[in-house]
Amino acid sequence: MFDTLLPYLLAGISVGGQYALIAVGYTLVYGILRLINFAHGDIFTAAGFFMVYLAAALPPALAVPLVIILTVILGFTVERVAYKPLRTAPRMSIMISAIGVSYLLQNLMWYLTGGLARQYPVLPGLGDSIQIGSASTKVVTLVTPVVTVILVVALVLLIKRTKIGMAMRAVSVDFETAQLMGIKINNVISVTFIIGSAMAAIGSMLYFTNYTAVTPTIGAMPGLKAFVAAVFGGIGSIPGAMIGALIIGICENLIKAAGLTMFSDAFTFALLIVVLLVRPTGLFGEKTREKV
Amino acid sequence: MKKRGNRRLIISLAVVALIYVAGFIVEQTCGSKSMAVTVLQKGAVYALIAVSMNLLNGFTGLFSLGQAGFMLIGAYSYAILTIPMAKRAAVYQYYDGGIVQFTIGMIPALLVAGIVAALFAALIGMPVLRLKGDYLAIATLGFAEIIRAFIQWDAIGPLTNGSNLLKTYPTLKTAMPGNTVLFTFIVVGICIGLILLLINSTYGRAFKAIRDDEIAAEAMGINLFHHKQMAFVISCFFAGIGGALLAMYQGTLQANGFKSAMTYEILLIVVIGGLGSVSGSIIASFLFIACSEWWLRFLDTETMIGDFKVPLLAPGFRMVAFSVVIMVVVLFFRKGIMGDRELWDLGSRRKAKGGSDIK
Amino acid sequence: MSESKNNDNNVLRLTDITMQFGGVVAINNLSLEVNTGEIVALIGPNGAGKTTAFNCITGVYEPTNGAVYFHGKPIAVNHPQGKMVKQYSGINADKYKDQKAVVYTPDKITHMGIARTFQNIRLFKSQTAFENVLIGTHLRRTSNFLTASFRLNAKEEKAMREKARNLLEIVGLADVGDELATSLPYGKQRRLEIARALATDPTLLLLDEPAAGMNPQETDELGEFIVGIKNKFDLTVFMIEHHMNLVMDISDRIYVLDFGKQIAEGTPDEIQKNPVVIAAYLGVDEE
Repeated sequence: MFDTLLPYLLAGISVGGQYALIAVGYTLVYGILRLINFAHGDIFTAAGFFMVYLAAALPPALAVPLVIILTVILGFTVERVAYKPLRTAPRMSIMISAIGVSYLLQNLMWYLTGGLARQYPVLPGLGDSIQIGSASTKVVTLVTPVVTVILVVALVLLIKRTKIGMAMRAVSVDFETAQLMGIKINNVISVTFIIGSAMAAIGSMLYFTNYTAVTPTIGAMPGLKAFVAAVFGGIGSIPGAMIGALIIGICENLIKAAGLTMFSDAFTFALLIVVLLVRPTGLFGEKTREKV
Repeated sequence: MKKRGNRRLIISLAVVALIYVAGFIVEQTCGSKSMAVTVLQKGAVYALIAVSMNLLNGFTGLFSLGQAGFMLIGAYSYAILTIPMAKRAAVYQYYDGGIVQFTIGMIPALLVAGIVAALFAALIGMPVLRLKGDYLAIATLGFAEIIRAFIQWDAIGPLTNGSNLLKTYPTLKTAMPGNTVLFTFIVVGICIGLILLLINSTYGRAFKAIRDDEIAAEAMGINLFHHKQMAFVISCFFAGIGGALLAMYQGTLQANGFKSAMTYEILLIVVIGGLGSVSGSIIASFLFIACSEWWLRFLDTETMIGDFKVPLLAPGFRMVAFSVVIMVVVLFFRKGIMGDRELWDLGSRRKAKGGSDIK
Repeated sequence: MSESKNNDNNVLRLTDITMQFGGVVAINNLSLEVNTGEIVALIGPNGAGKTTAFNCITGVYEPTNGAVYFHGKPIAVNHPQGKMVKQYSGINADKYKDQKAVVYTPDKITHMGIARTFQNIRLFKSQTAFENVLIGTHLRRTSNFLTASFRLNAKEEKAMREKARNLLEIVGLADVGDELATSLPYGKQRRLEIARALATDPTLLLLDEPAAGMNPQETDELGEFIVGIKNKFDLTVFMIEHHMNLVMDISDRIYVLDFGKQIAEGTPDEIQKNPVVIAAYLGVDEE
């Protein structure tokens, strides 16, 4: 029994870790702007394409940092161009803008890549096969959880211990007051997008090492799942996002193990709906009350 | 006052009649296969779907992203009920001809498509309409995905044909040869007319009150859940009919075509037209379809002017240019084409106020 | 103050109403009565819990403990439950344990005949003044969405419009009916909110700082206006107000709240002379 489930469990933990890295971007942005950044999944895809093209021309040691830098620039630009002008607009407008950006990025990637699936390059070390017990898997399966935990811990420390982290926390509690206290909110928001994009870039390297084809719309589903993970863990909470992502990754793969692959996506959303109804604030979220 | 209202109504009806005649003439002169006819067909179908979404997102202020799911239910209900008995064995070849062993007429099937979608909406609405704002959006989006997965499930294949194509049901071309545009316009016209009647009734006013301020609306004795549920079910009813019409337009049907990207597209149409404007949604639908299917086609073909190769033009550039335009509208013309006004209200009272920036 | 006593004159009665958010006690065992035809004022420094009291009456909040009766009928009854059992810091927690908990949503309570206005004006901002009042008539409809859509309710619709027009006239806004509600000056917006509340056919009108932001002359006019509509529509009025002139002019009785607790009750004269009130409230005012 355990032997048959082991590969699925491993895959679940691994993909969960990858979702976690995407989910961090959602949860940070939502915590500060109250915006579901629908374009985040497409930024994740873009990171995949950056690697496809860069790895063809450069050695991995150069390509990897460059991919992260390009992704960060993309995330930063999206925020400045599409979200910043709507700072005072109703929340619905920003969300529509996010959907518009997602649409634009997908179409742009289709145009630039010709719409065909591209083969993701094999990153040295990550793509090798190894044997764990009875299961054979790629090295990335083991690397992912380690990388995820390290990054999440580093991020939590950043938010708890540093000045910019304190500013981020202040802005997420009260936008306007933080502004009055002299916090440059635009900088804080930019940093949030930079961190989120960098995490998505690292996540994409791990993810596409497993699922090697990159297409313009491939990021949509992992993006939505990562968002669900962020909601599940309690939006705004980084450890919550990680735990939520791991649970989703594992459950999804167990459902595949049960032969219901068709429902592995649907399960995520069913989980989302149950969480929203039973505990809208997620596992670690805080409650807010509207003033009458 | 009343007389002026009557005159406006007569003018509006005359304009609508004129549009119908024009649509009819276009089809007779250009032929059913022309691009103009395609745009008129698909534009009309999208107009209905966009208006149904606007009823929810624009008029009631419920940010729902489940439209594609309910269209899918409508489309499947229609197709399953109308595939001719003789063709069932071929269509449901992996499921022994399927379990539905009767057919109904096209018009009743359209109606059933709406009703089934509405029933699902009633069920789904009960839990999710308690959620607010973006949580509602993401939950409805999730439900649409669940519906799509469920329809493709092997176990209910005898009903839905699993992930295989549904075909040979009556389409626009087979059911209404030569009159596809007029037929689409009539069905869509009736549906949008009904939505307009609702919006302009006391219930429509209650919907707008909920959009403007839920707490005040509740203090006015408006039962929030009851009214939201009503708007949701009615919107999905028409989305179901819209989905069935889309199936008729497409000729074949597969669940995979109804992804969340479709909902996003419709939402963008609604935004371009103006949240809270029926005429805006209609205009935007035709513009959107005309641009994406026809007018911007040239952007997709590599073009030489003399020896000079026009830069950028290549497959896919059309959609890029198109999404840039959409982003410009979303960012800089947030009220869209019509704001929250209607074409037939232009020139009357609120114009003088310079409009309000509501959304 | 026995619970069983059912005074016929009682329009509204609160007993032991406590509203506690986590460890914060917004109102602490508030008991009060409003009798038929009275104008009663609820006063107190900022943050004393006045609006919270209104929210408990109108169903926006579910009180932590206590009961609200409207015309003798319970419209909210609760006792501390769950986590609150330990956290609860008021008294009489056991008194309501045996009573059936009652929770009504705000719309139900409006149906029963309590209408309110809001401290931070909440008009329907995309609607005209006329439409705002018209929405207030929606709850007394007899049509369903089908009969309304197909205009089978033409008679009712006409009556609704007639009523809305009349109300606008009564509050003196007939000439601005077609203007956007939010484009009106502040004072008119407050009147419009009252007209909208009246459209729901209330017997009890709750006014949350109706004179906020008004100058002395406007405030005087408002006082006459409130007395006027009270008489015209046979209303009982319960209001929160900071303008002491207005309160002293038109109130029959006054309740004073401080830090969530009732510290005094009486006629305007009694309140003005009450040393506790002067210390807690008026004293601060004169500094």
